[in-house]
Amino acid sequence: MTAIVDYRAGNLTSVKNAFAALGVETVVTSDPAAIASADRVVFPGVGAARSAMDNLRNLGLVEVVKAAATDGRPFLGICLGMQILFDHSEEDGGVDCLGIVKGGVRRFPDGTGDKIPQIGWNDVSRTERGECAADFSGREFYFVHSYYAEVVPETSLVTEYAGVKFTAMVERGPLWACQFHPEKSGRVGLDLLRAWLDVRRR
Amino acid sequence: MLTKRVIPCLDVRNGRVTKGVKFKNNVDLGDPVEMAVGYSDGGADELVFYDITASAEHRPIDIGMVEAVAKSVRIPFAVGGGISCVADMERVILAGAEKVSVNSLAVRNPGIIAEGAKAFGAQCIVLGMDPVRSGKTPSGYEITTRGFREFTGMDAVEWAKRAADLGAGEIVVNSVDADGTREGFELEITRLIAEAVGVPVVASGGAGRPEHLVTVFREAKADAAIVAGMIHFGDYTIADIKKVMHEGGVPTRMSW
Repeated sequence: MTAIVDYRAGNLTSVKNAFAALGVETVVTSDPAAIASADRVVFPGVGAARSAMDNLRNLGLVEVVKAAATDGRPFLGICLGMQILFDHSEEDGGVDCLGIVKGGVRRFPDGTGDKIPQIGWNDVSRTERGECAADFSGREFYFVHSYYAEVVPETSLVTEYAGVKFTAMVERGPLWACQFHPEKSGRVGLDLLRAWLDVRRR
Repeated sequence: MLTKRVIPCLDVRNGRVTKGVKFKNNVDLGDPVEMAVGYSDGGADELVFYDITASAEHRPIDIGMVEAVAKSVRIPFAVGGGISCVADMERVILAGAEKVSVNSLAVRNPGIIAEGAKAFGAQCIVLGMDPVRSGKTPSGYEITTRGFREFTGMDAVEWAKRAADLGAGEIVVNSVDADGTREGFELEITRLIAEAVGVPVVASGGAGRPEHLVTVFREAKADAAIVAGMIHFGDYTIADIKKVMHEGGVPTRMSW
């Protein structure tokens, strides 16, 4: 069973629809037991880091999400769901996040002439680490965000905006997490979801 | 590099896509879902739907259509028309739209922008505006509402700044003067607003040839541009437009 974690951080309809387009049934759930027993876990999210972390705590989901991201099950973070895997975000005056990926999340600098939020299709390129992501290097994905995650050792795809090179995707074995929205990135986005569905449990 | 977006606009009237000039002479163009799929497969970067009769008929937006589009296309889309409160916004977003567009409602009640941004995030809230050339306001452009029928006395640039401060994540500048002419975007008001706000600006009204998009991106600093008649009537495809943009030096998503 593939669980989509519902922690009141944005709309999950698009994510569910995208998996449905691939013929994969998903369960949208806030139930810790359902997430703990899922074979695969999708962790989406839009909005603010602080309320997202508050919601995770209030729903009793912090430990099951941490477990799902680290116990060898295929795990897919999307957008804010990627950012809060990191240690810390500058958002809302500073928020401690899940600490699964070492590194920080910062706001795009003002005054570069580039609009904030970044909205639209930006191309990604692989780092030396990019294994699964190699197939997607050079392709454009749909991004919507005002904060970015710094480049870390697990970064497999990078992109650039407002004069900053940042993480478009991290990979650590079966843990994938992307800043962009594969569910809204047309055919290439579906290809990425399909590739993730081929990731095996470790 | 972030690419410039080409956004087909579908005006929906009684469940069908229609196209008129200055809200008149509407022609039936087809089924919204079929057209959305066609444009998405054809390289559109995003879509926008306006339920153009919802407000006038005092009814909520057609949620069934929003759900059907969300199930059928894998690119982002915005929906406007018939939004009168945060609960309406929520229905549209839960149905699978990325963004909700407000226009006349926000003029009457600017607080709706802040409420929407707080509830769903600024990226979900699009301010649509219909400025017209006018000697009555400092920028030379005045905001109209209700499908160009009412003049508000509000300055277009001041309104854009205020809306961005309130939390609009994006601003669609639909020039009343250019709308439906197919003679090109109104560059001046687009550029004035693009330079005045820190959020992305979408140019709208007047696209008739692919070169018009090159011009609005290069000269008026738009982040995205809306196209309608020039593609709806088959004069050009999205691919035709993008080829010209690419050749004109505009960052463009060329594979899809």
